[in-house]
Amino acid sequence: MSTRIIMVYSRFERFWHWTQMALIFALLFSGLAVRGVHGMIGFDTAVTVHTWCALALIALWLLAIFWHFTTGTWRHYLPTTQGLWAVARFYAWGIFRGEHHPYRKAYWRKHNPLQALAYLSLKLVLFPAVWLSGLLYLAYNFWGTAGGALGWVAAVHVLSAYAILAFVIAHIYLLTTGHSFAEHVKPMLNGYDEVDLTPAEEAYLRESGAVAMKEPS
Amino acid sequence: MGYRTLAMLSAGLLLVAGFQALAVQEAPPPGADMRFRIVDDTTPSQRDSSSTADHTKFKELQGPFADGPAVTRACLACHTEAGKHVQESIHWTWEYTDPRSGAKLGKRHLVNTFCTNARGNEGMCAQCHASYGWDEKNDFGPAGLKWQERVDAGSDEHVDCLVCHDRSGGYYKVPPTEGNEACSVMFEGKAPIDLVKVAQNVGAPGRENCGACHFYGGGGDGVKHGDLDSSLKRPNRALDVHMDADGLNFACSQCHVSDRHRWAGSRYNITAKDTEGTGKPGMRRDVATCESCHGLQPHRNDAVARVKLNDHVDRVACQTCHIPAMARGGVATMTEWDWRTAGRTKNGEGYKEHDYTQGDGKHRDTYKSIKGSFIYGENLTPHYAWFDGQMQYKTIDTRFDPTQGPVAVNGFSGAAANPEARIWPFKRMQTVQPYDKGNNTLVYMHLWGDDEDAYWGNYDFGRAIRAGMERGGLPYSGEYGFVETLSYWPITHMVAPKENALACNECHSRDGRLDELKDFYLPGRDGRWLDWIGLLLVGGALLGVSGHALLRVWSAKGRAAA
Repeated sequence: MSTRIIMVYSRFERFWHWTQMALIFALLFSGLAVRGVHGMIGFDTAVTVHTWCALALIALWLLAIFWHFTTGTWRHYLPTTQGLWAVARFYAWGIFRGEHHPYRKAYWRKHNPLQALAYLSLKLVLFPAVWLSGLLYLAYNFWGTAGGALGWVAAVHVLSAYAILAFVIAHIYLLTTGHSFAEHVKPMLNGYDEVDLTPAEEAYLRESGAVAMKEPS
Repeated sequence: MGYRTLAMLSAGLLLVAGFQALAVQEAPPPGADMRFRIVDDTTPSQRDSSSTADHTKFKELQGPFADGPAVTRACLACHTEAGKHVQESIHWTWEYTDPRSGAKLGKRHLVNTFCTNARGNEGMCAQCHASYGWDEKNDFGPAGLKWQERVDAGSDEHVDCLVCHDRSGGYYKVPPTEGNEACSVMFEGKAPIDLVKVAQNVGAPGRENCGACHFYGGGGDGVKHGDLDSSLKRPNRALDVHMDADGLNFACSQCHVSDRHRWAGSRYNITAKDTEGTGKPGMRRDVATCESCHGLQPHRNDAVARVKLNDHVDRVACQTCHIPAMARGGVATMTEWDWRTAGRTKNGEGYKEHDYTQGDGKHRDTYKSIKGSFIYGENLTPHYAWFDGQMQYKTIDTRFDPTQGPVAVNGFSGAAANPEARIWPFKRMQTVQPYDKGNNTLVYMHLWGDDEDAYWGNYDFGRAIRAGMERGGLPYSGEYGFVETLSYWPITHMVAPKENALACNECHSRDGRLDELKDFYLPGRDGRWLDWIGLLLVGGALLGVSGHALLRVWSAKGRAAA
């Protein structure tokens, strides 16, 4: 087993991540304006921005889902209990004692078990909740009844949006828990990160050139 | 020379001098407000140049004419069916039978929240009836025939063609009878009507023809409706985008299309939600709805916001957004009327106070001995409510409980849960008016007349009510009181240019225009609890990470010290 610096976040993955980030921030901002939480933009502008960003984000998600399945990268998000407790214990205890992070990135497991579980629930619960309720909200005129159903659609939509904002806060905070914030953001910028490779994996990657690898300096 | 003639001459001179015809502002003669339909500007608002007939060339119209009915006979010689058609219309019958309840509505029957009833006061009120000679005794001229008998006998000559079709501005109507001395001022200073000139200048009605009555409903300019007053004779674009005198310059009949002298757009039978739109090309001429011209998707589907606006059409009336305020033309509308203060006199004479000056500079009466006290308003925000088109009238025989708050004389139905209902703007009128304390019904008052019972003369509610109920053949307990009433007037005129339509957040906000409509979810207004939960979630996350960060800093310090 040797530690190598390889391309873990391909160009598409980085594009997906940062576009998603920009859209989510635009959606949060315009969504809060629709709710009247702030009045920095008018209601009609807010609705326009929110609708276009939502449609763009849905298109991006469809593209990303397709990408995950065709490239097999969906496997990174498979939940596992192996090492989960150790990571949880680290954030709750070990981190205050100066311990090292118990998880080492592997070629087919670039997220630690807690991270993978968090992302999986985001993708399977919060995102579907927000975009299904959002589509229902948008298409209100096609199904809307005279009663108060829209209120419940709005409730699901708004609460999942706030939950996503809470996730974003935790997500950004966790970037500060390593050596440095910049160190943590960098892989999502240039794509390279340290990964433990088995000799077989390393040999395969070198032989095939399937994934870019930086030689240890 | 009457001042009406003066006004016409002055206007003519101005025109010759190359100026726009301007309304001549003169100091009103004393008591002029009693003659509420006096019009300074008698030049027509529109010229119908498309007619294939020049009525000045008709030998039947060369006169001389002894009286109005003589002109009518000449009209009917060619327009053979018009008299019959008019007498079948609500302008003539003053009656509408509600198909749902079977109730008899219309001016012939209803009690309103202004001068309360036309019935029994025809000597005054029938000046707005398209006829000659209908007075409160129902006598029709020296022939001795009762008015209705005359109608039944098939005589058409009592139809007044000119009041609607005069395009010279020289025709006017006065009340059929003179009433008491207190009211005789209404007949002073009128120039005689040149019937030959008027008869030769007939045409399709202009706004001032319809306006001669409809602008002055409730007893004065703009009093009743809030969206109909004399400012609509020559409105600018900001006041009404369709009637804009320098723009589209629509006559009323452009929307209120007619068929056999019957008009689309009745207040008694309202299309609150038009689901047909324009119909096939050239087909739709039976309603006066916005949709009948603008269709069911009136906004261009070229932007998200406009697509969303089209999504509103099924639940929000066009008028709600496109008429941002009422009484915008410089003429005030009345919002409150209190009959309780009527009857005060100074030295035994009735008097008036004029403490309201409206936008166009004219003074309005805030107190009249014959009517009580008034409050006016301009640029008013309408009252918004769900409305399915069904008005519910308290007719003269409807019993109500006066302890249960204000009595809605013309209430209406509608709710968010009713798919036929849309949110409409209304003018809401608040009145305190007499009622029958023993029977808990509204009352007919005998206001107008030269007899001893007329309130406008004796200032005695008891007698006026007794006489009014007696003439109507209705029971009266003999005891009257005052009850608070409300009336609602759907707002549909004074359509503003699109740039002045309401912005979204006028309603989609807290403390917005629809704050009182609680029976549906309105984005931007409702679901505050969601934001509180959201605040807890987000606040909890922030607290959690801050706590975690602090612990990390402290523990790191501890390790460094050790």
